Amino acid sequence: MSAKTDVMEASEQKADPRWRSVEKTMRQHGYHANGLIETLHAVQEAYGCLDEEALRRIAAELRVALSHVYGVATFYNYFTMAPPGRHTCVVCMGTACYIKGAGEIMERISKEFNVAPEETSDDGNLSLLSARCIGCCGQAPALVVDGEIWGGLSADEVIERLRRVLNDA
Amino acid sequence: MNATSVRIVTLKIDDRELSAREDRTILEVARENQLDIPTLCHLDGLSSSGACRLCLVEITGIRRLLPACVTTVGEGMEVYTNTPRIQHYRKLILELLFSERNHVCSVCVSNGQCELQELARKLGVDHVHYPYLMPELPVDASNPRFVVDHNRCILCGRCTRACDEIEGAHTWDMRGRGIETRVITDFSDPWGASSTCTGCGKCVHVCPTGALSEKGRSVAEMVKHKHFMPYLTLMRKEQS
Ligand code: FES
Ligand code: FES
Repeated sequence: MSAKTDVMEASEQKADPRWRSVEKTMRQHGYHANGLIETLHAVQEAYGCLDEEALRRIAAELRVALSHVYGVATFYNYFTMAPPGRHTCVVCMGTACYIKGAGEIMERISKEFNVAPEETSDDGNLSLLSARCIGCCGQAPALVVDGEIWGGLSADEVIERLRRVLNDA
Repeated sequence: MNATSVRIVTLKIDDRELSAREDRTILEVARENQLDIPTLCHLDGLSSSGACRLCLVEITGIRRLLPACVTTVGEGMEVYTNTPRIQHYRKLILELLFSERNHVCSVCVSNGQCELQELARKLGVDHVHYPYLMPELPVDASNPRFVVDHNRCILCGRCTRACDEIEGAHTWDMRGRGIETRVITDFSDPWGASSTCTGCGKCVHVCPTGALSEKGRSVAEMVKHKHFMPYLTLMRKEQS
């Protein structure tokens, strides 16, 4: 990459309104490394995912090693590096939910809507993700669909409702 | 550290009466007194992280087993380093390590020089009671001088600590969690493409297994030199 395009990209990113909220978060934490997680939240909120270019810049601005940023970004379930689909469905695979058949639900959704676990369908309509206990064990098996908690549904019911959600868009 | 503020405590390790500064770990005190506690993720000269749990010891009055490498001594402590319970867990930990990735010693660059292999021999692990997962993990040979074979990695974290604490590059870290955890360089980039790696090779020499090795080594040829770690730490302290 030439120096010229580097500069261009940097100024483009400066102008990017999404970057501004990230910048703000870093400023609030005094550009200190311990603001890393907050900053990652800001990136995900603004960009919809942990955008690689943004992460590389954060590493430089907060003076944190690239590998450390990557490590933190991939450690937490909440963060995702891939742009999400129009709809997201998180299947809880925690112990309680697993015992209540989360594995089967995951498999059924995956087959029915043609999307591999932890991936987004080819048409970009659905991201199928898993989590380890979302703290709603009483409602096991629990799912989070577009931010809403679905609990205690059978696999058939889940497919049924999910189809309605996906067709709505 | 202010020497006057450090107390001396007396304790018992395996029924031997000992005294030590209160800021020392059980492991340090035991080793100074020729009592051996097996370790894997600990390496003299690096910080301890308590990652492998091989150094677990029993302390009277505490039900949980505690890792000796990160537990400091206390007044009146009674520590046991080799009870049947501990022996059982140590073997179990080793068996789990062996079953998680690919540790076929006969085709490994570190055969005969490997700390994992040596510990298994010493602790009498002649059998693995768990099914081998044998995942097919990548081998990254993009660095001109070194290779990382993830199949041999036990995630002890010594490479990451040596790179961060001694070399100051922090090229290595770990990504993901649980069974998906991998050591990475930079942004999980190929090692050869790393913009921070200085090529010093410390990571290779602190690696207890054949996960990190020099290129061009064949089976059993990778001899590692770890003694320079405490030396480096000492020399750097002298300077600052
Ligand atoms: S196990 Fe699913 S919410 Fe706790
Ligand atoms: S040596 Fe103590 S936990 Fe690994």
